[in-house]
Amino acid sequence: MGRQLLLEHINKPGIRGLEGYRANGGYRSVEKALKTMAPEAVLEEVKKSGLRGRGGAGFPTGMKWSFLAKPEGVPRYLVVNADESEPGTFKDRYLMQRIPHLLIEGMIPSSFAMGVNTAYIYIRGEYFYIARILEQAIAEARAAGWLGKNILGTGYDLEIYVHVGAGAYICGEETALLESLEGKRGNPRIKPPFPAVKGLWQRPTVVNNVETICAVVPIINDGGEEYAKIGIGRSTGTKLISAAGHINKPGVYEIELGVSVEEFVNSDQYCGGVSGGRPLKACIPGGSSVPILPAELLFRTAKFETRLMTYESLSDGGFETGSMLGSGGFYVFNDSACIVRATWNHSRFYHHESCGQCSPCREGTGWMEKVLYRLEHGTARTDDIDLLWDIQRRIEGNTICPFGDAASWPVAASIRHFRHEFEYHATHPTKVKDPKHCEKDPIPYPEKSYAN
Amino acid sequence: MLEPHMDRHDATPDNSNGGITPFTFSGPALAECRELMTHYPGEFSKSALIPILHIAQADNDGWLSVPAMDAVANLLGIQYIEVYEVATFYSMFHLEPVGKHVLDVCETAPCMLRGSDDLIEHIEKRLGIKAGQTTPDGMFTLRAVQCLGSCGGAPMLQCGAKYHEHLTIEKVDQLIEQLRGKETRTNYTDHIDTPAENGTTASA
Ligand SMILES: Cc1cc2nc3c(=O)[nH]c(=O)nc-3n(C[C@H](O)[C@H](O)[C@H](O)COP(=O)(O)O)c2cc1C
Ligand code: SF4
Ligand code: FES
Repeated sequence: MGRQLLLEHINKPGIRGLEGYRANGGYRSVEKALKTMAPEAVLEEVKKSGLRGRGGAGFPTGMKWSFLAKPEGVPRYLVVNADESEPGTFKDRYLMQRIPHLLIEGMIPSSFAMGVNTAYIYIRGEYFYIARILEQAIAEARAAGWLGKNILGTGYDLEIYVHVGAGAYICGEETALLESLEGKRGNPRIKPPFPAVKGLWQRPTVVNNVETICAVVPIINDGGEEYAKIGIGRSTGTKLISAAGHINKPGVYEIELGVSVEEFVNSDQYCGGVSGGRPLKACIPGGSSVPILPAELLFRTAKFETRLMTYESLSDGGFETGSMLGSGGFYVFNDSACIVRATWNHSRFYHHESCGQCSPCREGTGWMEKVLYRLEHGTARTDDIDLLWDIQRRIEGNTICPFGDAASWPVAASIRHFRHEFEYHATHPTKVKDPKHCEKDPIPYPEKSYAN
Repeated sequence: MLEPHMDRHDATPDNSNGGITPFTFSGPALAECRELMTHYPGEFSKSALIPILHIAQADNDGWLSVPAMDAVANLLGIQYIEVYEVATFYSMFHLEPVGKHVLDVCETAPCMLRGSDDLIEHIEKRLGIKAGQTTPDGMFTLRAVQCLGSCGGAPMLQCGAKYHEHLTIEKVDQLIEQLRGKETRTNYTDHIDTPAENGTTASA
């Protein structure tokens, strides 16, 4: 197992309370940052660490922080994105539920670096019980002087509030999140202006994922350079991967970026192999919004290089033969899974979750669901596959927020790699009426040459 | 599309609590709302709207009637429509009465891979209702919902604050029987014992 920077202490007794957390070295980063470092120095360490946003987009965190506008006399905010609704993703829940003080701790040097005195945690409504856990952690930290006025006698003030949502995937998109935090519908805003300039209540705001902020703790404790020693190239440090689907050991794993995908899937330290005693068929490695990879492209790239768990390697080959690390929501399909059914399921998700502001997304997601319903249920029309391709192509890039792309990519990738299954559905209407047809009678993957 | 019973914004028997009964917050609920409002700068107290709607819903037998939403608007000093437009957007707000125990079963792909379709079908048969419906005795509402951040515990369902993971037909039957004997309503806002152990997602 690689180094465990976030999960090292997660199963220690008492780790959920302040005392147990402190006993395992908790809140050291706050002392170090506030007492011995200038805000700019904290930012510098985060830049040096090479940390990239763990929410999905992988944007360099230090750079994001340095874009924060600092007009005189205007409060600025840190908002932690704990909306975690991307299908396949359940790592933030695990962190917040089991080791809540890690997030609270990470928020303190982060806020200090940006000159923030009020920070919010926006958490999805379904995690109401975790909001209560976090509130208790905040109260404990506050009573012990880690939050509030004049922290550790340094003159620095910080208050943290937890804000619950109420069930809407789109509120994970940062501008929709800010709208929701303002007490409105989660309709994403047109950018620019970016939140760093006009965010919460039109004031400068940085939105970061839970895991990103947690990673600031080891970065401050050990230094950005130490953190950057882990990983490969621009994929530094560790990443939480939430593994699900057809594997023997579903769960949350902390990997050093750079382990091979094959090791991640097959090693007993991680997923423990494909379950059901059946062969691997496909994998969605970074949450439902990233392209699906057929088994043939999962362990090696089209160039016959070993596929690694890094931002670069997972996207090697672009949309033709690659995917993305995304949020780390990693789910595996064995050959009992039907790709058409899974694609229909995804399209239902996106149709359900579209905020409805842009017609290509609002209508297009509904059309895709309808066409996929026909294909899945054996009532397809002859040109439905082309129709589907056409619809997804017209959504991508034509919307206010990246949700439109996120809804199209899974459909495009499924057709690109598994067109034969869509054709099978179109030509075997009776057979596919049984949703378990692949379990009984797997559809073989055709010989394809990905090398060029 | 208009939400059911939202075509009129005045209180009528079908969007109120079985008759045009005005809603008033209970003492503790009101205190919680007022505390929440202090989390935001005074001029932006509307920000407390969603958290307050959760409290109002729990305080109003598990759903948001028009009078309950109007009371929230009055509390925050905002227009009624500002509350309705939010309440209709979010999936956790119920705009019609629901059963005492709402079963939110995840139907998204990672759960589907591990049997959520069969699970939902089983619960439908067992309760004699379809997803989206409430049993005639008012005990259960069944909903098929989207990913709940518990894919490692698939198949799973949420009931109130509780996550029930790694479900099997036997386990879900047991759960239903247990809930059948529970007269008090379950709410998302419930305090639960050992919340840190909620669900049983395994890890390294
Ligand atoms: C449709 C959509 C949903 C998103 N959902 C989440 C989410 O649940 N959690 C999250 O951290 N980021 C989510 N994001 C990414 C955020 O917009 C934002 O980039 C991120 O919170 C920034 O934090 P990071 O730089 O630390 O990753 C989503 C983006 C889109 C377009
Ligand atoms: S792309 Fe979809 S989710 Fe995003 S703003 Fe447009 S309609 Fe809303
Ligand atoms: S897909 Fe069911 S909890 Fe994520």
